[in-house]
Amino acid sequence: MTDQEILSGLAEIIEEIAGTPADEVTPEANFVDDLDIDSLSMVEIAVAAQDKFGVEIPDEQLKDLKTVQDVVNFVSKNS
Amino acid sequence: MSELTGAKILGFGGYQPDKVVTNDDLAKIVETNDEWIRSRVGIQSRRIAGDDETVADMAEAAGAKALAASGLEPSEVDLVIVATCSTEVPLPNAAATVAHRLGIEAPGAFDLNAACAGFCYALGSAADSVRAGSAQNVLVIGAEKMSAWVDWTDRSTCIIFADGAGAAVVGRTEPGEPAGVGPVVWGSAGDLAQKITIKGGRNGALTQDGQAVFRWATTAMAPVALEACRRAGVTPADISAFVPHQANLRIIEAIAKRLGIPRDRVADDIISAGNTSSASIPLALSRMAEQGRLQPGTPALLIGFGAGLSYASQVITVP
Repeated sequence: MTDQEILSGLAEIIEEIAGTPADEVTPEANFVDDLDIDSLSMVEIAVAAQDKFGVEIPDEQLKDLKTVQDVVNFVSKNS
Repeated sequence: MSELTGAKILGFGGYQPDKVVTNDDLAKIVETNDEWIRSRVGIQSRRIAGDDETVADMAEAAGAKALAASGLEPSEVDLVIVATCSTEVPLPNAAATVAHRLGIEAPGAFDLNAACAGFCYALGSAADSVRAGSAQNVLVIGAEKMSAWVDWTDRSTCIIFADGAGAAVVGRTEPGEPAGVGPVVWGSAGDLAQKITIKGGRNGALTQDGQAVFRWATTAMAPVALEACRRAGVTPADISAFVPHQANLRIIEAIAKRLGIPRDRVADDIISAGNTSSASIPLALSRMAEQGRLQPGTPALLIGFGAGLSYASQVITVP
C-alpha cells in the first residue's frame, strides 16, 4: 500500500467518524488543532484503521500520533 | 423468543433523587463547560442524592414502584437481589434492608457487584433462579450512589457519574407461554481490571482510563449483544428497544451502529440521568415504559458493561 492509498483511506475514515470533508484531511493537518478531533474520536479512527489496514494502533501509540502524516507513517511502517 | 421455559419480567420501576445538577453547575466547581460535556459524553444534566440518602433508600423507592407495576403483593416475592457497587458500607447488605422495608418477609436477599454490568448479572441470576425453581418471584434492583465515590475536583469523572435506582420484578411464565428473559451472555476481562478502579482505598475515588474503556466498549460489546440475540432466537432487526448501560452517549451510539439498530430504538436516558452504573438500564427501561416508548410483547436487548471489566447481555420480552 502506498502512502497516498493510506492517506485516502484515512480521509474516508475521518469523514465517516468526524464528518470532516475528505479534502481537508491533508498530511500536515493536526487532529486536535486543525480537524477538531478529540481523544475518543481518535480511538474510533484507530479502530477503523485497524479494520481497514490490518494495523493495530494501541492507545499508548495513539497519543504520539498528532498529525495525519503521523498515522500514515505508522500504518506504512507496521503493515 | 424460543421456548426456554420459565421466567418473564412483570414490571419496572425507577427512582431518581430530587437534586438536579446541570453542566453549568459543574462548570462552577471544575474547569469544564456545557459544550465540552455534551460533545464528550452526551450528558445534559444528572441527579445527585442527598447527603443522608443511601443506596438502600433509592433501591427501596425503585423497588416499590416495580412491585406496584408487577401487580404482585410483597408476600409473593421470595428473592431480592440488589446490584450495586457503591454502598456506604460493605455490610449489612442493602438487599435484606430493602426487602424488610418493602414488607417482603424473609426472602433470600443478597447484593451483587458487577459494577455497571450488575443489573444484567442480577437479572440473569433472577431468571435462572425462577427457571430452576429456587424462587417464584424475584425483585431485582440496580441502585447506586456514585456521587459518594467520585472526586469532585476530577473533571474527567465527576461530569459522568450520577445517582439513582431502577428495578424489575421477575416471575414465572404461564404454561405454554414463551420465555420472557433470554439466556444471559456474561463474561469478564480481568486483564483490564485496572482500567476502572477506586484509587485510594476506603476514602478513594473512581478513576478510569477513558480511552481504553471506550475502545473496549465500542469494539468488544457488540459481539456479546449479538450472541445474546442468537441465544434468544432473535436478530437485531427484531429488537424494538436497545437499552445498553448508559455509560457515554458516544459508546451507546457506536454499539448501536455496529448492531445496525436504528437510533430511535436506542435508549438515551444518559442525557438527563448521567451514568448511574448498575441502575442505568432499569432506570432507562422504567422511564421508556412511562413514556410509552416500549412495545409490550416485543424483544428488547440489554447489555451492561463496566468495571471488572465485566459484561452481561440478554434479550427480554417487554412486559
